[in-house]
Parts: sequence; structure tokens; C-alpha cells
Amino acid sequence: MTAPLLEFDGLRVSLGERPILRDVTLSVHAGEAVGLVGESGSGKSMTVKSVVRLLPGGSTVDGSVRFGGIDVGSLGPADLRRFRSRDVAMVFQDPRATVNPVRTIGDFLTEVLRDQGVGRAEATRRAAGSLAEVGVDDVRRRLSQRPYELSGGLLQRVVIAAALLTEPKLILADEPTTALDVTTQEEVVAILNEQRRQRSAALLFITHDLELAAAVCDRIAVMYAGEIVEILPADRLHDDARHPYTKALLGSRPGTVPPGERLRTVPGTPQSALTAPAGCVFADRCPVVESACRDLHPPMLSVGSGFAACHLLSEEVR
Amino acid sequence: MILFLGRKLAGLVATVAVASLVIFGALYLAPGDPAALLAGGHQPNPAALAEIRARYHLDDPFLLQYWHWLSGLLTGDPGDSMVLKEPVTSLIAARLPTTGLLVAYASLLILILGVASGIFAGVAGKAVDGVLTVTTTVLMAAPAFVAAILLIWVFATKLSWFPVYGSGTGFLDRIHHLTLPALALSGGYLAYVSRITRTEVRAELTSDHVAAARVRGLPRRHVLRRHVLRNAAPPILAVSGVTVAALFAGTAVAEQAFGVSGLGSLLVQSAARQDMVVVQAIALLLVAIFVLVNTLVDVLNAVLDPRLLRERS
Amino acid sequence: MKPIMLRTPPRAAPVAAAVCGLVALMALLAPWIAPHDPFAVDPLNAYAPFSGTHPLGTDDLGRDLLSRLVYGARTSLAGPLVVVIAAGTLGTGLAVSAAWFGGWFDNLVSRALDVLFAFPGLVLAITVAALFGTGFVTPVVALSLAFVPVIARVMRAAAMRERNLPYIEALRVQGFSSLHICLRHLLPNLAPLLMVQAAIGFGYAMIDLASISFLGLGLQPPAADWGLMIANGQPSILAGFPQQSLIAAVAVVITVVAFTAVAERLAVRFGGDVR
Repeated sequence: MTAPLLEFDGLRVSLGERPILRDVTLSVHAGEAVGLVGESGSGKSMTVKSVVRLLPGGSTVDGSVRFGGIDVGSLGPADLRRFRSRDVAMVFQDPRATVNPVRTIGDFLTEVLRDQGVGRAEATRRAAGSLAEVGVDDVRRRLSQRPYELSGGLLQRVVIAAALLTEPKLILADEPTTALDVTTQEEVVAILNEQRRQRSAALLFITHDLELAAAVCDRIAVMYAGEIVEILPADRLHDDARHPYTKALLGSRPGTVPPGERLRTVPGTPQSALTAPAGCVFADRCPVVESACRDLHPPMLSVGSGFAACHLLSEEVR
Repeated sequence: MILFLGRKLAGLVATVAVASLVIFGALYLAPGDPAALLAGGHQPNPAALAEIRARYHLDDPFLLQYWHWLSGLLTGDPGDSMVLKEPVTSLIAARLPTTGLLVAYASLLILILGVASGIFAGVAGKAVDGVLTVTTTVLMAAPAFVAAILLIWVFATKLSWFPVYGSGTGFLDRIHHLTLPALALSGGYLAYVSRITRTEVRAELTSDHVAAARVRGLPRRHVLRRHVLRNAAPPILAVSGVTVAALFAGTAVAEQAFGVSGLGSLLVQSAARQDMVVVQAIALLLVAIFVLVNTLVDVLNAVLDPRLLRERS
Repeated sequence: MKPIMLRTPPRAAPVAAAVCGLVALMALLAPWIAPHDPFAVDPLNAYAPFSGTHPLGTDDLGRDLLSRLVYGARTSLAGPLVVVIAAGTLGTGLAVSAAWFGGWFDNLVSRALDVLFAFPGLVLAITVAALFGTGFVTPVVALSLAFVPVIARVMRAAAMRERNLPYIEALRVQGFSSLHICLRHLLPNLAPLLMVQAAIGFGYAMIDLASISFLGLGLQPPAADWGLMIANGQPSILAGFPQQSLIAAVAVVITVVAFTAVAERLAVRFGGDVR
């Protein structure tokens, strides 16, 4: 296997005294789609934001994020800008908040190209092409419209078109459908995936929806309280999930119980990296917790088709 | 947009029309004979009163009188000052350039210094921000007449960089003379605009779309100009516009304090000698300018932020 | 109206409140605490410097400045007080009835307020002074009128919100009269906001009234009033004796700052817009 495009290597981020990411190790290969799944507050967003160094002020970073072998943390201002503008693109959760509300769609799409030195006519032509590719109709009119004139789904397509426009090697998608109507969610994800496949761009896809991640991605990484607890191929999710947290998530989907019965939930409330116990981060809520779990931090073990961090698996592996 | 402009224009005309009715009608709310009031307060002889009655159609019904007054104004003949025995138009024409210059000077100070210091405080670190906050607080707390007194004290007795009295002749000399009045007039508003600018810039800096623009690798300057300042502009402009509109009323204090011969001081002096013809004309003029500037700001705002058009229609 | 935003830190609030109380006491107790008759002219003792007998010196006519400052607090505080009470009552009355009855009445009131809004407070006051003459009452009446739309707009919006709350509906269903609901329920709930508005308005009214005095359209000499003192002292500044103007100016600024600081704390406490 070739060297990964993106590598998180023991990444730890804390905001002042508060830990936010405790230990994130994950890699994304060129052209690969990796789903990062977890409850709110588990650190998914922060993981993605650390790629483009969009961390809140006052945060300290340990470990590294490497892109194409280069430590992102070591980039100077000019290189960071170059990296952000050419190598990665980000699709945010809420297009209403992340597209400048007072400027036109055309301005939004072309501004990065223009900054890279592309002429106005050429930039507009490429923006129009990109819009058409993500399934936006009446492209010319759209270019002169403003965000408030577009629906949420349409606006998110615009954001995706903008992300594709600079031909990035990696697309970071931070819950790109959460703010949209349920009916348009699937469509938007499908378009994002189809287009990035055609360009063989890698995708790091954040969601709290395991099924959605499994449908879109090649591999799934499950996060809990600032740590990745399990990584496995998307097509083996149902068969090979080993970590109690992943199993609990799988069991809490509406489809797992017959209609009319009470849904199963993961007992307890989601924890952040701050409140998680010292040993295994899931120990407080784990249905099969043992005494060792509370004291010892479980290492990431290669199990079957994937990796999981759980003490119970160590015997199995041996 | 056309609908919006039409509605704004209609609102402007309606407001000024009603204001004119109020200003004219106020003459009848005042105690005493309107003819005596128009004559300038002191007791004129019966012949003079009769002449005033005839001249201002005071024996006609109220609305007809109002019509005479209004048509006079609209055709550029609001009558003569009873005290100065001079046409109101020539009185105003002689002073309008000075007041216009003073307001323009103060507006420039407000827009340039206020917005610039606000942006600076918005993007700069804590120390600069703190110093500017203290400065603006002091400026806001000092009313125009206090600022005027302090400026007169400093520049009359300590430094003699700027004259403290008169309007000057010729453009440069006028600018020289109007510097202190413009400072006194603009101080508080400048501080206010600076504060608003700072708040708006700070809000935009922490907004998601600015973070998104940064992640797209746009240069800092580009983000600052096209996203932060561009989006902060409408509210800053609105506040600045309202302040500039208010400046015209504020000229009364600044002009009076520095002996500048302008509209504001003419209004004050005419009020003091109860020269109603002049007072009515200037009051209406100031109200009209006030409403006009505010309307212009609304329109400009709608151009800058088209969401406003949709919300209202 | 010149906007003031002080954003003083909360710990300054007690100091500000104390200053307000002190100024109010000074006004109330003027005859007992003033060391001299504020109107006693002594030309031979003009422009006296700070001394034991005249702690703040004397003005161009030899009148004791401390005594004039103490007496000046009376009109300087009474004016704004009357303005906020009058404008608050009238503005709230209009606002609540407009919000309550809605429809054409609300429209009419809103339009009328818009027109009144078109008159800058100072222009209105000067025009009224021209018609009714100078003195204490005229500018106070004019400013009260000018402040009505400012207060009414805020109160109307609040009354609208309040009126649409379910508890009002519940009271109506129980058969209470409009008057009863407005007086017993709506108004008490709006009272904190009105108090904040009045407190904010006090500082503005003080500045505007002092401006009118300064322009010579308010109280006339020899009255002891801060705005008038500033104006009357202006010629003396050129002669090198700035005390009178400066002392009165400092009094105005300190009082306005203190009242505004207290008002802003009230606004933080009870909600409502600082402007």
C-alpha cells in the first residue's frame, strides 16, 4: 500500500486545561472515503478542523496531522493558505451560516479561483460547469442569485460545487446534511460522493449516522469521547463490529427491533473527552465493563478486518 | 427594488408634508396673535399688523393659509424675515454653504476616524482595543457644548493652532475656522460609530462564513475586505447615516459656541428674537434633510444587503 | 440625540449610584449646604481663585461658584426628571393602547410617532422656544414631546410581544375587561422596561436641556443652571478664567455618566435595549 494521503498520528488537542481530542490515529488514502462516526461532542468536528488548522484560539496540539507526508502544523502562513486553497476543501454543516449571505453565488464560487489567478471569464465558466455537475439547473441565473434566494439543499450543492472547483485531493465534509430537510439529505450526499469519486478525491465524512457512513464510505472510524475506538471496512460493519460502543450504536437504530417495540438506546449520556474515565473512555456506559477497563487504557488491536480498542478483545486476539 | 424605492419616496414625502403642517400649525398653538408672532415678538403698530395679515393671508381659513405658505416655500419664496427685513432665501443661501461645509467636515471625521478606529479596535489586540474603548467612552460622555468649551479653552489660551471664533473667508480659511466646530460636533458621534464598527467587525470575524472563507485559503486581506468589512458595512453605514442626519441639528450648538455664521446659529438667533418666518423655514429644512438622509441610508442599505428588501416586502 | 454607550464594569455601578444620590441630595438640600447666596453679586471679588470662603472661586460678577453649582443641580435635575416622567407616561400610554387595540389606531399612532421622530429633539425644542418663549417650562415640554416616540417605539414592541402571550388570552377568556388586563397585568410586566428606558432617557434629556440652556433658549440669567453657567462663562475663558464653564461642564458630564452607568446596569438586569 502506498503512503496515506492524510495521517492523524496520536493527535491530542486541548483547549486550555480541557482535553478535546485524547488520541486520534487514523489515515485516509488517496481516493478513499472514510466515515468518522460518533455522538455529538465526541470530537469528530475538531478532528476534521485540525486538518485545516481551524482550531479555537488557545488550543494546544500534540501529535501531528500529516498531509502527503508533510506536517500540517509546521506550515507557514503562505503554505497553509496554499494548502487550504488547493489541496483540501471543506463542506460545512450549515450552508446558510458558511456562505457569505450578502454576496452572490457567483462571487462565492469564483473567489478562490480568482485568487489563484484565474481570469474572471474563465472562473465563471468553470463555476457554471461545476454547478451543472452537481445537478443545479438554470446555472446562469443561480450565479447572480444570493444565498437567501436558494433552498438549503440547493445551497449545499453550491458549497459542494465550490469544494470540487479547485480540484482538491481531499474533501472534508462535516455533517453536510444535518441542517437539510430529510428528503434532500440522501440526494446531496449521493452527489457529493459521485462527484468526488469521478475526480478520485479522498473524503473524510463526518456524521452521527452509521448507516449513512456505511453507504458512502470505504472505511468507518467510530469516535467516542475524543478517541477513535474502532476502525473497520464499511461493508463489514454489521458483521465485524467488535467494540461494545459500536455494537450499542448499531443496536440503537430503529430497524433493529420489530415495529411497535421500544427502541434500544445506549444507556447513559454521551461523554466528552473531559468527563471520560481514565482507563477505557467507554467504561462508564459499557454493558460488559470489567474492572481492568477503568484503570487501563486499552490499546488499538488488529481484530479481523479492522481495529478496535477494547480490553475484552485482547483475550480473543491471543 | 422599484417598489421599495417608491414606498420609501412616498414615506419621505408624507413625513415631510405632515411635518410642514405641524410646523406651520404650531404658530396657532402659541399664545397670542399669529400676526404679532410673525412680526417678531415685539409690539408692532396696528398698520404693520394689518400689513402682515394681508401679506400672510392671516384672515383666510387655516388650510388656505397653509397652502399659501407651502406654495411659497415650494416656489422658492418663503417670505421675508420680519426682524432682519431680508428675504429668508437670501439669509439661508448665505449660510447654507458654511453649514454644509461644517457637516461635511464633521461627517468625514466621523466616517474616516470613527470607522477606521473601529476596524482597528476590532482586529487589533487587547491593549489597543482597551485604549480605544476608554477614549470612546470619554468622547461619548462629553456633550457637544462641553467639547466646545474644552476646545475653546485649550485653543484660545494654550495653543493657537486653530481660531476659536468666526467662519473665515475663502475655502482654506473656512476649513481652518471650522476645524474646532467640526471636532466639537463630531466627537461623540465619532466615538459611537467607532464602537458600533468594532462590535460589527468582531461579530463578523467570529462568524462561520468568515471561518469558511479562511479555510478556503483566501488571503487574510481578501477575507477582511470582502467578507468581514463587506458584511459589517450595512449596519455601520446605517448608524453613520443616522449620525450624519443628526449632525444638521447639532450644528446649532457647534456654530453658536464658535460664532460660526451658519444655519444652526441662524435658527437659534431667530428663535431668540422670535423671527417665526425664519424659524419655520429652517426647521422644515432641517427636518427635510434629516428625513432625506435617513431615507438615503435605508436605500443604500438595501442595495448593500438585499435581504432587507425581501424581509420588508 | 447623541448616543451614549458606556459599558462601565459592574463594580462601578455602586459608585455611579452613589454619585446620583449625592447630586440629588445636593439639589434637595441646596439652601442648607450652599455656603453663599448664589445670586449675591460682588464685582470687586470677580474671578476669585479657589479659597476657603469660595471653595470653587467666583464668576465674572463675583458670585460664589460652589453655591451656584449646588443650586444649579436643582433645575439641571428637575428638567430631565419631568421629561422622562412626562414622555414615559405619554409614550407608554400610546404604546400600550396602540398595541392593545391594533388596527387603524395602531397605524395612526405609529405614523404620528414616525413624524415626531423626524424632528431632531433640539430642532423641536428651538422651534417651540421661538413660539412660547424661553424659560424652564418650554424646553421641558418640547423635549418631553421629542422623547415620546423614542420611548413609545420600544414600549409598543414590548407591549405587542406581551399582548400575544397566552396569559393575556387566558385573562380575556376569564372575562376581565381590557382596562383591567392592561392596568393590572400588562403594565406591571412592562414596568421594568419602562424604568430602564426612563433611566437611559434621563442622561439624554439632561444633555439636551443643558444644550438648550447653553444656546440661551432655556433659563435666563441670573438663574443658576449648569448649561447656562457653561454658556455665560464662555467669554471669561478667553479672558483666562475658565473656572465657571469648566466646573459646570464637569458637573454635567459626571452626572450624565453616573445616571447612564446606573441605567445600563438596570438594562443588563432587567433586559431591554440600552438605546
